[in-house]
Amino acid sequence: MGYEPQADFGTPEVRADTQVTLTIDGRSVTVPAGTSVMRAATTSGGAIPSLCATDSLAAFGSCRMCLVEVEGMRGTPASCTTPVAQDMIVRTQTPRLEKLRRGVMELYISDHPLDCLTCSANNDCELQDTAAEVGLRDVRYGYAGAHHLGQQPDLSNPYFLFAPDKCIVCSRCVRACDEVQGTLALSVEGRGFASKISAGQRADDFLSSDCVSCGACVQACPTSALMEKSVKEHGKPERAVITTCAYCGVGCTFRAEMRGEQLVRMVPWKDGKANRGHSCVKGRFAWGYAHHQDRITTPMIRESVDQPWREVSWDEALAFTAGRISAIKAQHGARALGGITSSRCTNEETFLVQKLVRAGFGSNNVDTCARVCHSPTGYGLKTTFGTSAGTQDFDSVMDADVILVIGANPTDAHPVFASRMKRRLRQGAQLIVIDPRRIDLVRSPHVQAAHHLPLQPGTNVAVLTAMAHVIVTEGLADEDFVRDRCDWDEYQDWARFVSDPQHSPEFLEAVTKVPAAELRAAARLYATGGNGAIYYGLGVTEHSQGSSTVMAIANLAMATGNIGRPGVGVNPLRGQNNVQGACDMGSFPHELSGYRHISDGATRTMFEQDWGVALDPEPGLRIPNMLDAAVDGTFKAIYIQGEDILQSDPNTHHVAAGLAAMDCVIVHDLFLNETANYAHVFLPGSTFLEKNGTFTNAERRIQPVRKVMEPANGLEDWQVTQALANALGLGWAYTHPAQILDEIARLTPTFAGVSWDRLEREASLQWPVNDQFPDGAPVMYVDGFVRGKGHFVVTDYVPTDEKTGPRYPLLLTTGRILSQYNVGAQTRRTANTAWHPEDVLEIHPLDAENRGLKEGDWARLASRTGETSLRVSVTDRVAPGVVYTTFHHPETQANVVTTDYSDWATNCPEYKVTAVQVTPSNGPSDWQEDYAGLTARSRRIAAEPAE
Amino acid sequence: MTTEAVIAEILAAHPREQSALLPILHDVQAEFGYVDAAAERIIADALNLSRAEVHGVVSFYHDFRSAPDPRPVVQICQAESCKARGIDTLMQAARDAAGERVRLAPVYCLGLCSVGPNARVRDQLHARLDEAQLVSLVKAQ
Repeated sequence: MGYEPQADFGTPEVRADTQVTLTIDGRSVTVPAGTSVMRAATTSGGAIPSLCATDSLAAFGSCRMCLVEVEGMRGTPASCTTPVAQDMIVRTQTPRLEKLRRGVMELYISDHPLDCLTCSANNDCELQDTAAEVGLRDVRYGYAGAHHLGQQPDLSNPYFLFAPDKCIVCSRCVRACDEVQGTLALSVEGRGFASKISAGQRADDFLSSDCVSCGACVQACPTSALMEKSVKEHGKPERAVITTCAYCGVGCTFRAEMRGEQLVRMVPWKDGKANRGHSCVKGRFAWGYAHHQDRITTPMIRESVDQPWREVSWDEALAFTAGRISAIKAQHGARALGGITSSRCTNEETFLVQKLVRAGFGSNNVDTCARVCHSPTGYGLKTTFGTSAGTQDFDSVMDADVILVIGANPTDAHPVFASRMKRRLRQGAQLIVIDPRRIDLVRSPHVQAAHHLPLQPGTNVAVLTAMAHVIVTEGLADEDFVRDRCDWDEYQDWARFVSDPQHSPEFLEAVTKVPAAELRAAARLYATGGNGAIYYGLGVTEHSQGSSTVMAIANLAMATGNIGRPGVGVNPLRGQNNVQGACDMGSFPHELSGYRHISDGATRTMFEQDWGVALDPEPGLRIPNMLDAAVDGTFKAIYIQGEDILQSDPNTHHVAAGLAAMDCVIVHDLFLNETANYAHVFLPGSTFLEKNGTFTNAERRIQPVRKVMEPANGLEDWQVTQALANALGLGWAYTHPAQILDEIARLTPTFAGVSWDRLEREASLQWPVNDQFPDGAPVMYVDGFVRGKGHFVVTDYVPTDEKTGPRYPLLLTTGRILSQYNVGAQTRRTANTAWHPEDVLEIHPLDAENRGLKEGDWARLASRTGETSLRVSVTDRVAPGVVYTTFHHPETQANVVTTDYSDWATNCPEYKVTAVQVTPSNGPSDWQEDYAGLTARSRRIAAEPAE
Repeated sequence: MTTEAVIAEILAAHPREQSALLPILHDVQAEFGYVDAAAERIIADALNLSRAEVHGVVSFYHDFRSAPDPRPVVQICQAESCKARGIDTLMQAARDAAGERVRLAPVYCLGLCSVGPNARVRDQLHARLDEAQLVSLVKAQ
């Protein structure tokens, strides 16, 4: 594909039941009623010159360039703000229009530098194009009068610059920030000739303003006034490749715009159905890690972890690894071996890793990072609905009337979806937020939650049961829906359970700390406010009752009939780009792809025949069990692809002990991550820019990832896994991920209709794709639940064993921030550190004052498990008694503090509740200093490769 | 009372709605003689607007000052009728009389077109000005 900017139709698409036919320049054109004349002209092959219009924004009508003549209408109306009418006759090019446009353009150019040849937008500039289209030949006014030339650019944002002298004040950037992103960080300052685009207030620059660096303004700018610094550096791209972002579970699709093998910029793809042309700071800009100096591109091995690394050839590394694995298998048996698949890698790569473990190692000891995030979602939604996935597509939010967000912080963790949600909220949908913290959604410009229930961490089930109590006892349940779709007897059992006065908001207030009246009002709103949609995140799952909470959410949705149509549903906001896919691909020790139990003989036989090996019918070990077994001496080797369990998993000391007890730790990653401190083999990985494959996002949407440059390490990740399999004698011969995808489709009923060719044609598919849903399923359960009748589960609130007391009086909860991604292996190696250089501890002013802590002070954060030190931020976003931090930085190692407690059903760790004490400190803890020393020792690479 | 407390009192006298922005800004301007960056932030927070939005509005209107300006103000109409009735010929004398001491602010129509040239000082209108009258008006401030 060459480099052509995507078509811009000037004004947004209109959906209408009636069609209107009009004549434009003699062409008969039929479009939906309400469409602008501009869009009608552009879609029928005759673009009208314009500057202030772009099809991601509502028509504005300020540039006076898109004027047309309409028969029977006076004057020359702007085509962007004029809707079509039946039998209208429009002319877009007449002598009068030519003269008007040329005159207006002359005025624009009279205050615009004529440095096109050296401008970073040269040949990719709408002002330049429009000047050509209107036939500008002369500018009579000169620069003698007032002008804006020579004004200094704002370079404060690390990724883009603002050059006011190139600005034509069309306000597309301001409107993009308002309408698309919803941050409203920009405005037009002043008036008339003195108008200028302003980020924040007068003294602000872009970095100090509210700007979240999503890039929407840069995308909207018709000139080089807002321009990616990478384009300024490298020049105009020469080709574009459509691919899928590798950060969060939203799954934005981008045009990777290239020159040779140089990625010039990532621009959100307007046809992407997950992101609809929008992006966030991570996907749009934070890809510099791919070329970071820390990237390891040569395989490395060492006999033991106290030695320095030796750089070796792929052959030597693979032979060394295969030798160790074979020796361990011979001595300790297959069950001493295991692997961890990566939610950062493609479906095909994940599938191969679990295949390697099951068919090559011979055990079912395979697990994935979903263990520590959304495993309760899989369990809870499979139990209640029959499928381990969310019920809606992202577009569905635009039909929601009441949005309930629980345990999720979309504006930071799923920012592109949050922008859609905020757009719907500005249109009038109501919002309920259940979160211990006052997250931005609770109140930010033009968004205000109707109800915020600031619950005590760990009491999700109690709050949801209390909401159910209100819905059932006040007669707000949708009993017709329940009778039709769900098991009525089970419903009655559940209704009796929640109706118990012990589950009333008033009774539970002592536990939840949520005012009963507020909770009642929220429950009534959800049940009666129209389409009710629930969105949730790790604040639901990462608890000892994570699975119970997921089922309590499903109960609420079923009881109120909020399932099976657009605008409703139960929607897990999945963390990783491919966590849905990793789960789908059979990454759990008890499940083959498509969530079929390993003990199921028919399924196992299908795989055994296809793979030509016998499979162990017993479920294998989960990650925490593997670590326990390693400490016990029965688990010896692990292959970890693209996951840093040392930093991401709870109770760092225990993870370190488990890894240290193994004889063969194989880390397959981009960087020497924290886990690699305990590794014997390092296999260099490839970035998403260097491989082909597919990711599946939170809405079950399977999207292609395309290689735009050769892997710096020489091999795509699936090729590395294949090479390791072949070193073990498995004889795999895949030459393209398409073949792996075919194998997945062959063995997985929900993927039966998926193929690389079809994804090339259709861009994305939402599973299930099979005979029943040949084109996939944007909304699930339209006609009924997969399991037959929806299953109500009684969810008893059981307080966590992690309790506060005199020594640990505060509750710590953890989360993420917009500019950093999880353990930060990637984002810490980009300029995103401008926004978040270190983890800080949020603490309420009362708790801070009691401890003599002030903003920016060092504090010691200690739990029963461990301690660390970090700086504090004093804020009333958290309630008294609650503290909050992020886990992006290894220097902090927040998970040194978190505990071994986990979800009763899935072992998902209880990251969100840890009893802690916070005390003043004067620097890093002993652990941090010891660990820094270990890291320095462990990362040594021998200067000369040994023979 | 602190600045924050005074602004809080002003905010309390208005509904917490976007439509209250201009009346609030007028009250703050009247109270302090300016609406500075800190006031913009307080008002933005109260009305759940972004600080950029409030700054955009404040900077749009000449009547809102971003910093204190203790000088007295004489508004002189520069619109078509007053131009036709010769205001341009009086301006140099007015500027000389004002110097750095008095701020001359252009306005576009005070609604007294038939009796221009016109000027305004606080809420007092002055019509049919000639050079001497305008100069003495400026000097009197």
